[in-house]
Amino acid sequence: MPIDQEPLVSVDKLRVEFRGEDGPIVGVENISFSIAPGETVCVVGESGSGKSVTSLSLMRLVEFGGGRITSGRLGFSLNGEQIDLAQTDSETMQAIRGDEIGMIFQEPMTSLNPVFTIERQMTDGLRVHRGLSRTKARARALELLQQVRIPEPERRLTQYPHELSGGMRQRVMIAMAMACEPRLLIADEPTTALDVTIQAEILALIDRLKRETGMAVLFITHDMAVVAQMADRVVVMYRGKLVEEGPVERIFAAPQEEYTRKLLAAVPRLGEMRGKPAPEPMRLVGEETAQASPTPIDAAPEPLLKVSNLTTRYPVKGGLFRRTIANVHAVEDVSFDIGRGQTLALVGESGCGKSSCGRSILRLSEPTSGQVLLDRTDILALNNRDLRRRAWRDMQMVFQDPFASLNPYMRLRDQVAEPIRNFAIKTAGTVEDRVAELFDRVDLPRSFMSRFPHELSGGQRQRVAIARALAVNPKLIIADEAVSALDVSVQAQVLNLMMELQAELGVSYLFISHDMAVVERVAHRVGVMYLGRLVEIGSRQQVFENPQHSYTKSLLSAVPVADPTQRNIRDDLNFRPIPSPVFPLGHIPAPSIYDEVAPGHQVLRAQMGLGLD
Amino acid sequence: MKVPAAFRSTKGIAGVIVVVAVLAVAVFAPLLIPADWATRMDMRARLSPPTWAHPLGTDQLGRDLMFRVLLGAQTSIFIASAAVLMSIVIGLPLGLVSGYVGRTTDNVLMRLVDTLLSFPALLLALTISAILGPNLQNTIIAIGIAFTPFLARIIRGEALRVAQMPYVEAARTAGNSDLRLITLHILPNIMPAVIVQSTISLAFAILAEAGLSFLGLGTQPPDASWGLMIQASRDYLDRAPWTALVPGTAVAVTVLGLNMFGDALRDALDPRARGAA
Repeated sequence: MPIDQEPLVSVDKLRVEFRGEDGPIVGVENISFSIAPGETVCVVGESGSGKSVTSLSLMRLVEFGGGRITSGRLGFSLNGEQIDLAQTDSETMQAIRGDEIGMIFQEPMTSLNPVFTIERQMTDGLRVHRGLSRTKARARALELLQQVRIPEPERRLTQYPHELSGGMRQRVMIAMAMACEPRLLIADEPTTALDVTIQAEILALIDRLKRETGMAVLFITHDMAVVAQMADRVVVMYRGKLVEEGPVERIFAAPQEEYTRKLLAAVPRLGEMRGKPAPEPMRLVGEETAQASPTPIDAAPEPLLKVSNLTTRYPVKGGLFRRTIANVHAVEDVSFDIGRGQTLALVGESGCGKSSCGRSILRLSEPTSGQVLLDRTDILALNNRDLRRRAWRDMQMVFQDPFASLNPYMRLRDQVAEPIRNFAIKTAGTVEDRVAELFDRVDLPRSFMSRFPHELSGGQRQRVAIARALAVNPKLIIADEAVSALDVSVQAQVLNLMMELQAELGVSYLFISHDMAVVERVAHRVGVMYLGRLVEIGSRQQVFENPQHSYTKSLLSAVPVADPTQRNIRDDLNFRPIPSPVFPLGHIPAPSIYDEVAPGHQVLRAQMGLGLD
Repeated sequence: MKVPAAFRSTKGIAGVIVVVAVLAVAVFAPLLIPADWATRMDMRARLSPPTWAHPLGTDQLGRDLMFRVLLGAQTSIFIASAAVLMSIVIGLPLGLVSGYVGRTTDNVLMRLVDTLLSFPALLLALTISAILGPNLQNTIIAIGIAFTPFLARIIRGEALRVAQMPYVEAARTAGNSDLRLITLHILPNIMPAVIVQSTISLAFAILAEAGLSFLGLGTQPPDASWGLMIQASRDYLDRAPWTALVPGTAVAVTVLGLNMFGDALRDALDPRARGAA
């Protein structure tokens, strides 16, 4: 909704510098855009694009991070007058922060002070900015909590942040930002740390508040799908510069700049794989697409990996003698197969047990019961020595955080060579040759072999991690959120690499992810997990095109689609919170019983005590 | 080999200079200066402020503080570094095993460490020294044992943290044995903490030796050590503050130099701080 009136914010040729060891480093330069009242402007960009620096400059918070606004105007219309926030003294700025401009941050865990109650945190701002008395401030806080639709608002006021869930905390943050009815709300990646259903709730909430109060929203995100759902206008940033600006429909339909086109191409869109049986690589602009066509669905009778009734519980210790007082039922009676050269994706929200499931198969976490057969080898029966020699020769893992999965003190060559030496893998030439070959295989220059991890970017590190996993010629790679921490264009490249490797080497993947759109792209089969159980499993088409379980349906409906013409943000979503997986000792959960709705498509029978319909 | 960047910074250079200077004094002073210069009493010049005859003043028995501080360096430095080395040799494997193996092993080892920690370090050193008898070697053992629990605790905490890093799990699935995991993947990543803690321990070890000496279990008068000198100055602080300032400055400069040296060493070992290669 473009509105023809005086803009609320007009940023003109903003330039921010940071002090570096060798002179100033430019954070952003030549940034110009405006925000009209009641408009949502999304600033989108990958890490290091300067999108957060831009928003922090508007609040003049960038100065607290060592930055300096060296030139440019930050026009803001205050009481009918245009003022320049870049020139404003700090007292006026304090009055504007929280009063005229509200802000919410990415991490709802850390942006609330853990030692104060919700009431204390909420009323502080009201009493400072509005001079309200204690009782009036409390009444207003209650009203705000009702406005953001938190259940049981009276009780919440007396609680501490740790007693609330992540989504609830983000609602409190929004309520606080709304406290003084700001005319501009800056939201810096407000849903990045949240699960997809919670994200949908929070996006719907921000959208409703915007419509009800007429405030403008500056929304910072890296997620094109969120942009498509929320934005009126879009500002695309890259390496501290503004690439392109325009209405959301135009940006998505007809991007003018090369970079925007690349960025959009790399975004998987939920639903675009409709009707296609096999996975497909991402199209990348400016690169040859899809040299290797992914393997079709395997019809061989003998699966590579057969998991039956896998159960993993973690003890909860407590009391004076640290005895086990309860169990976390992380994985509960889960069974599935993975065929050769196939990808099974496990999806679900945080805490659903998908990572524990992957770790249990590798025995990085010890399962409580069940059976894992890899090529007829009973993995759970192996002793420690055989686990090393047999299980890990055939199964490897790629971890989520590329910054933590490589030893910072060891050269990359040595890290990739370790499994070859330890498992005495036969190589044609020397170990060194094999390492070089692996670097070629994951498209890394050989000169990187003598580098240390910190000298590489996130995507490059993840390639090293994949090379290390490939070193033993594994049959199965467990990829635990392996692309989640990567920027979208890098994510697309790494996904394509993984699919290429599958086509060439016939390796199978257990692909653990929370991102439904990515899973739709790469998986042959999909399993949906909820509260430790596999609630639905089937081919990708079966699960995405004909979801049967109510949880699968709500999960799919919550995923934002990267297409502004398909907005699925509805008013007042309120997904049921996931119940606790902690059960008292001796609790015997019901076994998982499945209904086969189609060949290979199994759905967990209802009334399993999962808190679902 | 090229000198690492960390040792070319101002701090690094200062650290190296101080450490080399202190070591030189500790090694060469006893060779160049007759031992009795530190014990010779000048009864007419007791508690004398710095003069030409006594450049750094004298103590309550008229002994020359400059010679005492130079000759005392050897005792102090030797006892402190040997004791800290000993606490590393015992504490490092103890902490690593405790943090890495966990469970019962960790519980048993850490309860032992806690027991040691519950005694004041000095009292512990005193007891050990009293049992073993007062001589140089036993002083080192006493201080070394008394300092071990602190180091073991810190190393265990670091080992616990590092052991659950994804790169350690990745290294485990890469087929590394427990020994290789500990030495190649965990140890390098906890070295920064070990280095920092060791340099701090050195300062405390110099003072702990003083405490033992004061109780007659460390260096025996009239021999000099820095700790003994500080201890002896206690009664004369108001009249002759230099009696404390001279050995105090020696300890402070040594500790400062060690800290700078330790920081530079830590940075030199860290590939991330080596700068773009």
